[in-house]
Amino acid sequence: MKNHVWRPLYIALALVAVGLVARYLLVPPDFGVHERGYMYGWHRKSNEKEWEAVRVKYRTGRSCIPCHRDKHDDIRNSPHAAISCENCHGALLDHPKDPVSLEINRSRSLCLRCHARLPYKASLRGSIKGINPETHYPQAECMMCHYPHNPKRPNPKREVRS
Amino acid sequence: MVHGEAWTLKEFFVYPNEYIYWSIQIVMYPFMTGLVAGAFVLSSLYHVFGVKQLKEIARFSLVFSFALLPCAPMPLLLHLQQPLRNHHVLMTPHFTSAIAAFGIVFLTYGMIVASELWFVYRGHFVARALHLRENGRGVVDHLLAILFSLLTLGAWDVGEEALHRDEKAVKVLAGAGIPVACFLHGYAGFIFGSVKANALWMTPLMPVIFICSAVVSGIALCILSYVAVCQLRKLLGRRAAARDDLSPGDEPGGADPAIVALTARYLLIFLVLAITLELLDLIFRGYTAVKSWDILRSVIYEKDFVKIFILQYGLGNLVPFILLSLPRLTIRRAVAGTLLVLLGVFMMRWNVVIGGQAFSSSFAGFMEYRLPIVPESMETFREGLGGALLVAGMPYFLFFLISRVMPIFPSRQNY
Amino acid sequence: MITRRTFCKQALLVAGGTVLPLAALELFDPRRLLAEKEEGAKVRWVFLVDTHKCVGCGFCVKACKIENEIPYDAHVSRTWVERYVVTKDGRTLIDSPGAARDGFTSSKIDQNSAGMVEVKDEEIAKAFFVPKLCNQCDNPPCVQVCPVGATYQTADGVVLVDRKWCIGCGYCVMGCPYGVRFFHPVYNVAEKCTFCYHRLHKGMKTACVDACPFGARQVGNLLDPDDPVTKVITSERVSVLKEEYGTKPQVFYLGLSMEVK
Repeated sequence: MKNHVWRPLYIALALVAVGLVARYLLVPPDFGVHERGYMYGWHRKSNEKEWEAVRVKYRTGRSCIPCHRDKHDDIRNSPHAAISCENCHGALLDHPKDPVSLEINRSRSLCLRCHARLPYKASLRGSIKGINPETHYPQAECMMCHYPHNPKRPNPKREVRS
Repeated sequence: MVHGEAWTLKEFFVYPNEYIYWSIQIVMYPFMTGLVAGAFVLSSLYHVFGVKQLKEIARFSLVFSFALLPCAPMPLLLHLQQPLRNHHVLMTPHFTSAIAAFGIVFLTYGMIVASELWFVYRGHFVARALHLRENGRGVVDHLLAILFSLLTLGAWDVGEEALHRDEKAVKVLAGAGIPVACFLHGYAGFIFGSVKANALWMTPLMPVIFICSAVVSGIALCILSYVAVCQLRKLLGRRAAARDDLSPGDEPGGADPAIVALTARYLLIFLVLAITLELLDLIFRGYTAVKSWDILRSVIYEKDFVKIFILQYGLGNLVPFILLSLPRLTIRRAVAGTLLVLLGVFMMRWNVVIGGQAFSSSFAGFMEYRLPIVPESMETFREGLGGALLVAGMPYFLFFLISRVMPIFPSRQNY
Repeated sequence: MITRRTFCKQALLVAGGTVLPLAALELFDPRRLLAEKEEGAKVRWVFLVDTHKCVGCGFCVKACKIENEIPYDAHVSRTWVERYVVTKDGRTLIDSPGAARDGFTSSKIDQNSAGMVEVKDEEIAKAFFVPKLCNQCDNPPCVQVCPVGATYQTADGVVLVDRKWCIGCGYCVMGCPYGVRFFHPVYNVAEKCTFCYHRLHKGMKTACVDACPFGARQVGNLLDPDDPVTKVITSERVSVLKEEYGTKPQVFYLGLSMEVK
């Protein structure tokens, strides 16, 4: 070439070519525009499958019934019927294989999630029976007096209060 | 610990996931790009508009702009949670995002500056390569000869016609570079201005404000560095003269007050523009007083009052404006003025980036940024004082290296 | 005559031309795009929150964190519950301590660095809870601003993040007006509510819906006219959050109040 002026341009073009080759090699083949168009659907399609494959941990209370029918019968007709077993006993996962046993949570803080008294009339919370945790037997576990699977019934295993 | 928790202090109600996610490095990013763009615009004043008096500083600012160039994406790399994936921006760009074009615009701009430098220095490369080939001794000289030969890109013709072509190419590139430089930076403003979720950022004025303050900061840094390099050369020259017993007339002089004064005038023009736009934005927000104004007002006039009105507008704009516009500008006054201008522009970036996150998007609470000073982890180094200083110091290191290959001052030596 | 230079040049051109495949130039194929658009969608996941029913127990937050493997003690969460207490003298106090993972067990309101505020029962004009989660907007601004296509919306309306492609720039986090996004403390990429995409695709409901004892949260398919959620949305007075941003949120609320941010 007679004119040396274009030389930087050749270098620029070579760099662009390198970039395009790299793009061809590095971008996954299923990367492209999908259902929602370029603005909202520009992605790697196989990522959707990856999200679908996430393991389910909370398997809902239905699977508890066959083995724990007694507990189910207790709670079924109580005000606590709506509470999923897993809320208090933890995620089912592959129980009883893994974990072999689930948690039995006796802490006050569990019950206080709903039963710490908050006078919020504009929400359902205001109409739930509540206590002031600082004055209502602060040292005691709730279960000593209340049976969580049916709070209307006193705890059958109720310990003698001193 | 969650990213952002280390330096965020919440007050009143802030959404649980809200932290200051864009911290010091995102302040550094527009600051550094601004310097790049400003330095380039300054050099173009000579090449394109033929402001002859700026010849010496033009060459200087072009090289300086090139040294600043790699430091513009550096804060972004330090900020990314996955820095090794940075090439994804070039691989699968999503152009509905303001950030997507960054790599492309930045590389285009880099190529323009590099080409322009090549045309400016081609004659020098050829001379150096030939000189080293003939007179070189030892391995270092041999390697240098190879380096300079490579830098010529095989264009050895230094005839009058060829050099004239070089000059023409410089002119064209400098002309093409101005819009690209403005785009590079205006576009940094767009990154912020287009975030509709952020009440402080969202304004169409943001790109224009960014360009004006970019030019201001770029010119300021060029004046400052020019004066510093001149003084340094003067000092070294004096020492060399004393050693070699040369006649005192041969030693290099200090910075030329006429050049500094003229450059400062250009700085003032852009400074006035920038302040006007910023104040317009502020007045407009106060007057229209939409939903977000309550929280913005308490951020601007209460929480960030010192940072905005004292440091940015007062010390950073008003004082240097007076310093630089008073007649008979001395070098010393210019240095003080440009230092304050740099502070002002830095504070402007800070007040935009950090100020934009100083309130919760619930408009019901505030967040305070505590700059990590002592790095306790990689994260607090990268997004703390250490990382910021690293970014700020890098251009000088690069400038030193580059100026070994491309001398910024006409040399007394003849090859 | 072939000089060494012209030979090198031509060799480079040929090599470059063969190496560079045309496919590398393709951004997207308009024909494929059209074909994909023509298939009408059958599912659009939406959410319904009844704020009257929420008691602030926080079981939804707990379940979400465990189900979706968000480190339990990290101070971020895909979903959270806010408490609003409006006093008789017109102040609005809001909090969501620890994203309400452990519920609201105290009447003290957490104002972060401003301390805990106690409001006497008789000073309360109204108080209620508002669960929050990703709105899976029809115009998701977070997706619009992703520079690399790492976050996207699926055909059924859920916005997901590709953990292998996200560069962690945080632009989506800044772009969301609802503050639902954050950085995952383990994977260090953008993270958000997925409407429990894995559960929906197995015919289940989201973990938070299953955990809610009061039916305050419901998930449904807006394109199915028989879906109970769709029936409520189409026949009752529902509202959405921050409509003014033009994001077209798809989480609908019953009983929203003007104080809700």
